[in-house]
Amino acid sequence: MIETTDNWSVRRIVRTMLPLLMVLSVLEIGGGVVLDQLSRSYLSNPALLVLVPAMIGMGGNLGSVLAAKLSTGLHLGTIDPDTWYPGETVQAGAVATLGLALTEGAVLGAMTWGASSMLGGRVIGFLPLLRVTVISALLLGILVVIVSYASTLLSYRMGYDPDDTAIPIVTNVSDIAGVLILSGVIIVVL
Amino acid sequence: MGLGDEAWTFYREALPIMLVSLGGSFIAGIVLGGASMRASMESIPGLLIVIPAFLALRGNVYGSLGARISTALHQGLIEPRLEYNEKLVNAAAAAVINGIIMSVVIGLLGWSIAGLLGEAGSLLRMMAIMLLSGVMSALLMTTLLVNILFAGYRHGIDPDILNGPVITSLGDVFGMGLLAVGIRIVMVVL
Repeated sequence: MIETTDNWSVRRIVRTMLPLLMVLSVLEIGGGVVLDQLSRSYLSNPALLVLVPAMIGMGGNLGSVLAAKLSTGLHLGTIDPDTWYPGETVQAGAVATLGLALTEGAVLGAMTWGASSMLGGRVIGFLPLLRVTVISALLLGILVVIVSYASTLLSYRMGYDPDDTAIPIVTNVSDIAGVLILSGVIIVVL
Repeated sequence: MGLGDEAWTFYREALPIMLVSLGGSFIAGIVLGGASMRASMESIPGLLIVIPAFLALRGNVYGSLGARISTALHQGLIEPRLEYNEKLVNAAAAAVINGIIMSVVIGLLGWSIAGLLGEAGSLLRMMAIMLLSGVMSALLMTTLLVNILFAGYRHGIDPDILNGPVITSLGDVFGMGLLAVGIRIVMVVL
């Protein structure tokens, strides 16, 4: 890669980033509107609000690690870019990601339940709260696996470096999906 | 190495970072679910709408700054010391500018959508909160990120690996914390 001083000018960085940031923020606002529409449930159950930042961050974290692994696998040749059938590296990545999601869901549920008594407002029981966090985390994990695999493989096939494309795609998709999945699970489960 | 071993290795490697990051999100969640934030959400229409976008902004703006610094460190374009370097100063300035502009844009979007949903609030108040929180978090995030990546690099920690988790945990804690501080200040002044 040729580095020119122009690539490092303030104007250049701002101009390249701002349009993308605008689009992403508009999409994120969509998640905010869903929260706002459910504000009565969220505000009367503070424990559910506690889950929001974690559900926004969790998918992005899982996805950035998985996408980086898959990207390295493609670069090293342990993943075959010519077939959609997931080989062993991809399967192991998927299993580990779902395991991490389940662990995080359980830990988040337990911590939130522990903290909920000091937040005031209604307190949700341990099992219902755990059901919300574990089911949400598992659904998010499944989405992360699909989006990470599809975006790294497609990027690689289209000639892009998945390190540059897949991680931003996965983190942003799962940021938005986190809020939507949490809200959906709350409606169905609680 | 079998499928199970490969998945287990991945799980074990990623778990500590995931849990640290989850801890950061959880602290942000406690701020969000706390009584004073809930009271603010009742009195400031649109606040809940902007929260996902405001939190996700940190990942996109400072995550890209971190990735840029990380690549430059690997290429030897930037030395891991706090001394004047035009590239570093430009990249940091661009991130601060992007962060501040987008905070204000997100505030405007949130206020407009709240208005469309029939929850019209004070535009001045929303703009003041987003500008103040945007400026405070831009300065703090940039300073902390540069220092942490440099310190890590000097101790042999690959900034590519450090960047993601540092951004998500710092972004959640300081994004949410400084939003709460911004609200507190604006509600006293305006």
